[in-house]
Amino acid sequence: MLLTTLITFPFAGALASWLTGRWAPRAARVVALTVALAEAGLVVSALLAASGAASGSLTTGLTGIGWPLRLDGLASPLVALTGLLGIVAVLASWRVRKRPGAHFAMLLALQGAVTAVFLAADLLLFYVAWEAVLIPMFFLIGVWGHEKRRHAAMKFFAYTFAGSALMLVGLIVVITHTGTTSIAGAIKTGLDARTGTLVFWLLAAGFAVKIPVWPLHTWLPDAHVEAPTAGSIMLAGILLKMGGYGFIRLGLPVAPAAARAAAPVLATLGIIAIVYGALMALAQTDLKRLVAYSSVAHMGFVVLAISIGSKLALTAAVLVMVAHGLTSALLFLLVGMLHDRTHTRDIARFGGLLRVVPGWGTALTFGLLASLGLPGLAGFPGELVSTLEGFRAWGWWMAVVAVGVVLAGAYNLRALRRVAHGPLAEEWSDMRDLDPREVAAIVPLAIGIVVLGVWPGLVSSAVAPVAEAIAKTLGGG
Amino acid sequence: MTWFASHPLGVLLVPLVVAAMLGAFGRWLRPAAPWIALLGPAAALVTGAGALMAGESRVVVGSVPWIAVGDRVLAVGYRVDSLSALMLVVLGVVASCVVVFSVGYMRGERGWSRYFALISLFCASMAGLVIASGLVELFIGWELVGVCSFLLIGFWYDKPAAADAARKAFLTTRVGDAGLLLAMALIWTKTGSMSIDGLGRAAATLPPAVVTAAALLLFLGAAGKSAQFPLHIWLPDAMEGPTPVSALIHAATMVAAGVYLVARTWPLFAASPVAQGVVLVVGVFTALAAATAALAQTDIKRVLAYSTISQLGFMFAALGAGNWRAAIFHLVTHAAFKALLFLAAGSVIHGAGTQDLRQMGGLVRRMPATAVAWMAGGLALAGVPPLAGFFSKDAVIAAVMHRSPLAAWTLILASLLTAMYVARSTQLAFFGDSRDVYAAHESPLSMTLPLGVLAGLACALGFTATALLGALGATGGESISAAIVVPAVLAAFTGLATGWFVWAREPGAENAFPSWLERAWGAARNGYGFDAAVVRATVQPLMTLATLTYAFTDRIVIDGTAEGVSKGAGGIAEWLRELQNGDVHWYGAMTAAGVVVLLTVVVWLTRGA
Repeated sequence: MLLTTLITFPFAGALASWLTGRWAPRAARVVALTVALAEAGLVVSALLAASGAASGSLTTGLTGIGWPLRLDGLASPLVALTGLLGIVAVLASWRVRKRPGAHFAMLLALQGAVTAVFLAADLLLFYVAWEAVLIPMFFLIGVWGHEKRRHAAMKFFAYTFAGSALMLVGLIVVITHTGTTSIAGAIKTGLDARTGTLVFWLLAAGFAVKIPVWPLHTWLPDAHVEAPTAGSIMLAGILLKMGGYGFIRLGLPVAPAAARAAAPVLATLGIIAIVYGALMALAQTDLKRLVAYSSVAHMGFVVLAISIGSKLALTAAVLVMVAHGLTSALLFLLVGMLHDRTHTRDIARFGGLLRVVPGWGTALTFGLLASLGLPGLAGFPGELVSTLEGFRAWGWWMAVVAVGVVLAGAYNLRALRRVAHGPLAEEWSDMRDLDPREVAAIVPLAIGIVVLGVWPGLVSSAVAPVAEAIAKTLGGG
Repeated sequence: MTWFASHPLGVLLVPLVVAAMLGAFGRWLRPAAPWIALLGPAAALVTGAGALMAGESRVVVGSVPWIAVGDRVLAVGYRVDSLSALMLVVLGVVASCVVVFSVGYMRGERGWSRYFALISLFCASMAGLVIASGLVELFIGWELVGVCSFLLIGFWYDKPAAADAARKAFLTTRVGDAGLLLAMALIWTKTGSMSIDGLGRAAATLPPAVVTAAALLLFLGAAGKSAQFPLHIWLPDAMEGPTPVSALIHAATMVAAGVYLVARTWPLFAASPVAQGVVLVVGVFTALAAATAALAQTDIKRVLAYSTISQLGFMFAALGAGNWRAAIFHLVTHAAFKALLFLAAGSVIHGAGTQDLRQMGGLVRRMPATAVAWMAGGLALAGVPPLAGFFSKDAVIAAVMHRSPLAAWTLILASLLTAMYVARSTQLAFFGDSRDVYAAHESPLSMTLPLGVLAGLACALGFTATALLGALGATGGESISAAIVVPAVLAAFTGLATGWFVWAREPGAENAFPSWLERAWGAARNGYGFDAAVVRATVQPLMTLATLTYAFTDRIVIDGTAEGVSKGAGGIAEWLRELQNGDVHWYGAMTAAGVVVLLTVVVWLTRGA
């Protein structure tokens, strides 16, 4: 029941927020914040219940009507991340003027749909939730976005819809061949080699677009640049993780032999993304695009870790996903705050901002250092383990990853140098620093980034049993 | 003190809490900030001294799993033995002196609390690096000292030169860190463990090629951090940071971390003659080349920066010759006299308002205490007996002589040049006529007191040689023979005399050099143009590559294909149904049709299954 509520409550909240918005537009945000906070409370109690359970997971029985849910160690970190970013997204769009009721309704519906993706224990429910995520995100970009929002929304929709159509075919084949819609059941039954290969690549198409895997990434910068801040936070923070989650939850265990055969391809694409994304971030003149391309690089580590398939690497994949969720959310939040004040994202027009807005500048320094993988902050543990395990699996190819690590330093420090350091760009000399609402949005992310960086065991201990089981099906250790 | 020694995590937690406090409540803690910031160095000093007194055999260790999945465990822990205890003492002493010195030097700076918070964070990171029991936690400390260095070089972040220098320092050392990362990955793959204790067994059992590769990758990391050729280019620029920071981070502690790393992972180097050879060659070359560059500098801090690069080269030479204890001995004495020289330079900059040697002159009359401290440090650096540098440098040269007389004689030549630049800069700054520093005044007690402490150490530390090497486990028999002492001392005095008399009459004596020497002089002043060449060869090509790849590969090829496919689909749409291009419903219908077609294909493909 608790798990069902985790999904239905945000949808109910979305309805409430929409209705409130019709009569009292300014009250909608209060409703949305209350719902997001209450949802976070529900998430915490569900996580506690799951970790208290003997199996380490929580299930809801309603199998008969296609509504089986399961909160295990793999889903837990991502559900927690969704709960946290839900609050941040509401705070980030606090001052939205255009139809606030509908805006917050879309955010909450998005949150409910994503939570359903992570909790689904049934293939059809997984698919429905997967597609349901698309709709609110499409409107968030298309209605509340910037100048070229229509094109970006269409591109986002076409790309991901094409990918998920292939995924749907894969899911249907799984269901017809195994005779069950249950994820666990399908994994247990298994597929023959030829079907497995087909299924893996069909599913991979859907996941790869979402992550996004190089070279299927070009929808991402466009979508981010046009999306409103809250949309970018949810998109980078959570939606990209659906791809990595899909691989680990479904792709690898349903067709383990095919996954192992595909590993060199995935590793190659992941390694390319790590270097290529960093190089592209280095070339950007638009601060938001820079952060978007950095996502391509970071998600490259997830793809790399998935290609390795060892229990430690799969755990690392989740660590990277959670870390990137926190870090990219923080950076998009900060870029959004800057855009609110300056109405530009052009890096060349900034400079020396640390002097006028020390609070914002300190947060930016923190966020960019987290993004370059500084030890002690969230990004490091997962990327380190990916590289260590990557060397076990792929040897000296990790030298290319090491180049990506250096480039990550280059683009992040270039951004910091151009935006926050150097002489002050005079046109911004009377910019205002963070207000309490903005601080309230930043602080939980910053705390999360430090906690995960210092104590990755918090997440890895939850993921470990699931990762171990999946790695075993892959025949590794 | 023994309690502290057996609970070494205080060296980490105390400065960490201090940094957090100063970071969060700095505005209200302003007057107390430096005194609170002393707690971190004090913890390091007490713990390190306690552990040293407890004796060489005593090793305190502890570890916890950091990321554990089943039987695969990445653990982190601490290990305090005599080597790490000694490093803690160095950190504690130098950092205490630097904090006290900063009270005077940084007075009235905006960002006062930020400064002391960062110094505390640095102390925590350096202590973490030093007491690491495995490569993971060592790497964490390693990167965190790097970021503290970044933030402190760029302390005056609105000054472009400082901001650029900070970034250059971080990125150059990160190239080395990439090597360290790969070394970790290699060791992890071959042994399944990151523990430093396990390296001995690894070195004994792994194939020589693997050991050599691991050692060379570790050395790449060490060379970045310790500014060895060709990764030395960041250190002269790092002088843009506040001078006490240069003393702490860029002279005594962080830049010596590379030497510490090699000493800590010694079993790998001991098992690899190739790696030792590379370390020796790089160290000796750096020692000599940087000494010539130091000779030609006009900025008092840049003299010291090149001097530091050169002296670190001496330490690596000792490592390459197989004697890590001599390297650590020189690390310790160098920490004292180079921190002293930097702080004395800071006092000069504070009192005289310039760091250009050509504008100084005659400061001995206006700043006598500073002058005495500077000369104590300078003579120790030059290797004049019986000051600290004499003992440790001769230990280094003796160690290298065993391995390669040519290398040892090169180091003696470098010592001669060292003495020469010491004499030159002393002459230019403190003697002769006052040129542009008539308002110079002696610095306050908060600055001269730390100078006194360090000057005492620079004079006396040499006499601790036996105790110190003994604590590190040396078995004696490393007596220094006259065959080394005589030429080394002769070189020191020759260098001192030359430097002294050439620049005694005319501060711009180099302008009267014959033209070939003048040209060489100009080249040395610019670090032989190496720095500029590296920047030219990397930064702009990289940016061009990034921009072109973005414009062509990303925008035209990849995105163009994607948009083309989408437009093509839209075109077919128009042709088929005369619908509007880009309608969501149409995409939906197309996709549904596609799903049906694909399903048919898949069902056909898997029909036998």
